[in-house]
Amino acid sequence: MGINGVTLLAIVLMVLATYATRAGGLWLANRFDLSERAGAWLDAIPGAILVSLVAPTVLTGGPAEALAAVAVVFVAVRSGSLPLAMATGVVAVVLLRTLADLI
Amino acid sequence: MQHKYVAQKEEPVTFTLTGALAGARACVPVEISGCVIGLVFGTLAGQAGLGAGEAALMSAFVFSGAAQFLVIGLWASPLPLAAIVLTTLVVGLRHLLMGAALGPVFSRLPRLKAYASVYFMADENWALTMGEFDKGRRDAAFLLGGGLLMALVWTASTFVGATFGGAVEDPARWGLDFAFTAIFLALIAGMWKGKSNILPWTVAAAVSVAAQHWLPGQWYILLGGLAGSFAGVVRRGH
Repeated sequence: MGINGVTLLAIVLMVLATYATRAGGLWLANRFDLSERAGAWLDAIPGAILVSLVAPTVLTGGPAEALAAVAVVFVAVRSGSLPLAMATGVVAVVLLRTLADLI
Repeated sequence: MQHKYVAQKEEPVTFTLTGALAGARACVPVEISGCVIGLVFGTLAGQAGLGAGEAALMSAFVFSGAAQFLVIGLWASPLPLAAIVLTTLVVGLRHLLMGAALGPVFSRLPRLKAYASVYFMADENWALTMGEFDKGRRDAAFLLGGGLLMALVWTASTFVGATFGGAVEDPARWGLDFAFTAIFLALIAGMWKGKSNILPWTVAAAVSVAAQHWLPGQWYILLGGLAGSFAGVVRRGH
């Protein structure tokens, strides 16, 4: 199980690139004493990123994905349990895709 | 009402083993799916010509599924090192925003803890950590605990996938491709504060859908996140 030198170099470069992006945001946020407005912007980032992560799948993935998403949100709001909401989504999307294939 | 950011600057932040364990526990359901994705990645890496040890080494240290899948697609002899680095940087750009969002809490940790923790920042444990902070809990080790579990599972499943390649069926068949989407949706539901979310979230959704349609790769996450968060500031009427 030898490790090729060029492969190792590629991995090291990837580590440097990805760590630069991981540490960079925190470094920038620490660097400046942020105004209240910048603070409001930081507050808005998590929701905006999460919505961006799911929107293409949920809105353009098809009816199975869209309906499963509704089921997930319903269970998440009613139960407050992330694992239960996830299980609901996985089961719902399998059932709905099977159904979609039958129709 | 005080901005959450201002309040966060004054609340005490802890970094405990209990917090790390809670973060790891929160990541367990996500990791059932993460394990399958790792098997798929290991299989593809093996097919691309990486040894199991090399693939596992990449997963352990790079620890970025999105970047690794794209880079494996580029894998050829001789290795296109410039394209590999550029791809990793571009895919990682969303981390800049995610890291900045950790700033108000993480800036009050000792530097070593903060910068070691963000090494293990991935979409899933970051999202779960923001959900924790949103509920008012302030144990920053939550991110590291989740990240360490994810790195362990990701590395082990990559190794197994590269060793016994081809053993994994299409994750979509079991709905496992939807597991991450479901977790993110549940976190979004928990972050709902009222009408003030409508504009930024609509903007984020519209921009990400458009960007995913017209641009290659992962730009949609960064662009949607930027557009939505800026819309959130405008909405506050400054």
